[in-house]
Amino acid sequence: MHPILKFVAQRILLGLVLLLAASVMIFAGTQILPGDVAQSILGQSATPQALANLRAELGLNEPVVSRYFAWLFGALQGDLGTALTNGQDIAEAMGRRLGNTLFLAGWAALISVPLAITLGLIAVRYAGKWPDKLISAVTLTTVSIPEFLLGYIVMFYLAVQFRLFPSVSTVYDGMPLLDKLNAIALPVMVLVMVVLGHMMRMTRAAILNVMQSAYIETAELKGLRPFTIIRKHAFPNAIAPVVNVVMLNMAYLVVGVVVVEVVFVYPGMGQYLVDHVAKRDVPVVQACGLVFAAVYIGLNMLADVIAILANPRLRHPR
Amino acid sequence: MSDELRYYLNRTVMGRMPRRAFLGRAMALGLTATAANTMLGSGLRAQTPVKGGTIKMGMQGGGSTDSLDPALAANQVTFQICKLFGDTLVELAPGGGPVLMKLAEEVSSTPDAKEWTFKIRKGVTFHNGKEMTPEDVVATLERHSDDESKSGALGVMKGIESMKIDGDNVVVTLTGPNADLPYLMADYHLVIQPNGGKDDPAAGIGTGPYKVVTNEPGVRHVFEKNENYWDAELGHAGTVEILVINDNTARTSALQSGQIHMANRIDPKVARLLDRAPTVDVKSASGKGHYVFIMHCDTAPFDNNDLRLALKYAINREEMVEKILQGYGSVGNDFPINKAYPLFPEGIEQRTYDPDKAKFHYEKSGHSGPITLRTSDVAFSGALDATALFQQSAQACGIELEIKREPGDGYWSDVWNVQPFCASYWGGRPVQDQMYSTAYLSTADWNDTRFKDEKFDAILVEAKGELDEAKRTEMYREMAMLVRDEGGLILPMFNDFVSAISTDVQGWIDDPNQDMMNGYAPSKCWVA
Repeated sequence: MHPILKFVAQRILLGLVLLLAASVMIFAGTQILPGDVAQSILGQSATPQALANLRAELGLNEPVVSRYFAWLFGALQGDLGTALTNGQDIAEAMGRRLGNTLFLAGWAALISVPLAITLGLIAVRYAGKWPDKLISAVTLTTVSIPEFLLGYIVMFYLAVQFRLFPSVSTVYDGMPLLDKLNAIALPVMVLVMVVLGHMMRMTRAAILNVMQSAYIETAELKGLRPFTIIRKHAFPNAIAPVVNVVMLNMAYLVVGVVVVEVVFVYPGMGQYLVDHVAKRDVPVVQACGLVFAAVYIGLNMLADVIAILANPRLRHPR
Repeated sequence: MSDELRYYLNRTVMGRMPRRAFLGRAMALGLTATAANTMLGSGLRAQTPVKGGTIKMGMQGGGSTDSLDPALAANQVTFQICKLFGDTLVELAPGGGPVLMKLAEEVSSTPDAKEWTFKIRKGVTFHNGKEMTPEDVVATLERHSDDESKSGALGVMKGIESMKIDGDNVVVTLTGPNADLPYLMADYHLVIQPNGGKDDPAAGIGTGPYKVVTNEPGVRHVFEKNENYWDAELGHAGTVEILVINDNTARTSALQSGQIHMANRIDPKVARLLDRAPTVDVKSASGKGHYVFIMHCDTAPFDNNDLRLALKYAINREEMVEKILQGYGSVGNDFPINKAYPLFPEGIEQRTYDPDKAKFHYEKSGHSGPITLRTSDVAFSGALDATALFQQSAQACGIELEIKREPGDGYWSDVWNVQPFCASYWGGRPVQDQMYSTAYLSTADWNDTRFKDEKFDAILVEAKGELDEAKRTEMYREMAMLVRDEGGLILPMFNDFVSAISTDVQGWIDDPNQDMMNGYAPSKCWVA
């Protein structure tokens, strides 16, 4: 078997084990939430009969282990149950929210990743000179401002003062694509500003590290143009750390943008999760936790695989 | 028309700016006198409703856990949804006074106020085309009486012994007399549904002026006009859209940028600034909600009425309304009723900040040492600041308050109704009887001041059965005086419902019963 295939298979297997462990943690975490689930759903005026009915309905009288496996096998078959609070099918309701989150994260990634890498390359080319300093200053500024404040700033100027984009980013099924893009313009802008700095700095640092190597000196002595050296000789060897930080930021775009969602009223996963945590809607919380864990583990796995593929020593074993 | 000119025009039409001033401003903006006059004329005529168009509302208070089942409605958005797609039997009048008839045409009772007859309106159809019948009314009331339904109106329904249908009438027999039953039937949960919603409680089918088109809880709700609606006065816009915008800044920005026409729950801190924006009007209506400090009358040192009076005189109510509510509210008088209630007892002397009286009662009580006051930012908006103000005004009277800040999570289960002295909030109830029965009757679960007075309880029961309104007002005066002078309630302020609308919106009236013109803002207003 080719060593790369072996590595990839190993990574995937490890990812699955991690996911299984995460599912145990999520389930255990929701079990140790303070208070009785039935009581917190029905409130303080609930009758004992109603409490008993709800407990039976939720299967709370079964032992924990058998409840865990029932939940896990349901989830494996795509059956995440129904929300306790409004009776909606979780898979369906969450599917729509997840689609929205991926739409927003996708566009933010599509703009921020190439932009960050290009800016990183430019910063390396002019390392220590004014373009490098300018890029670093701007991206470090945007990454240092809390995202809700960035949100309010762009909202004030671009929505209220100049009315270029809508301040409310509600999207819904059947909305034309161009309208959707117009609606998410401001949150995408904020997210790009938030993740740009991290990725740009990492690209710059990784490539600068490689630039110290002897073969770069050789390339310079050969008379290659600086950008060609960076693009053809330095960047490929810096891919592994760059991919790692890109994936980390993409995972953040999916699981960590609840503040931006709230500010721009975007119907994504974060808001959905927070609403249900407040109401102790345990099945939804578990389902969201599982999806978030899967996204995180999946993206990290992808980063590992790309890093392996980018390593010539692994691609061409002796 | 420029935004600025439109702003002046609207102010003139509403009578907030003299006509001459408007003409002057208009000419300063480059209009001829004739054009300005014509514009003013058309502005004044524009008060007849415009049909069609879309009203977009940005509302705080919704979540993705919301259901269309009226029994479960408990926040601003689900309340608004009930008012759009459904009708109750009767409705509270915006200016107080007797109830307005909705799906009931007539309400009458036996002289002992124990048996009530509701004559049900004929020829009203549900959104699914089915005709609304007295059977549907009884089924609805039955569903809300059931413990299992988890209905928010369960407390109201508990007083009902039996119901029967008599031709077009629904006859309700109560376990005891209750002259307030019509007001209680205006509870927004009691939306009449086909077969009472027993088949599908969250179907969103009612008789209301708007039909549910899209329901995405916590995101947006879209409604279209019900062309068969029985009341031509309601429902001018063709479409109503509710966007759930829980973030305060996002809500006001959306209004300023013209994406929505109405926003509820405007933070008093920004209301004045927002009102200055040329395209926005801030509307406030004094509601029944009130911010309070509550003492347990049966726990030392609050079991001494002199100490309670000392604390009541040691709070500066005007200052609180000014600094905590920014003027969007009114002072309280230590009983939980204000003019927004029917049968409000007029003429009770206003209690004011009086350091001398506070010192006198404090010395008379014989208490010394600090008094612990518990507070939290969840008690009410601005509670921490209000507590600090109270501490300072009491300090000036020689009373030392020790403030203990409690965590927000668990405040309502561990502090409120448990600890002897804390900050809190009450949302108000439709009628005085319900407010007093919920929180001031000796046996009430939520008697959060532990006020136990046999005389008070006796008048409360007597007033329930009294159909003569003048006599009942007198009884309510007596009850108010008892709570004010002997109770454990310190009530510095009633807060207003503060909303904001775009200057394009017309038809707004003040309705103190609930947020957003008691939920009628989208069906009574129109976009010009």
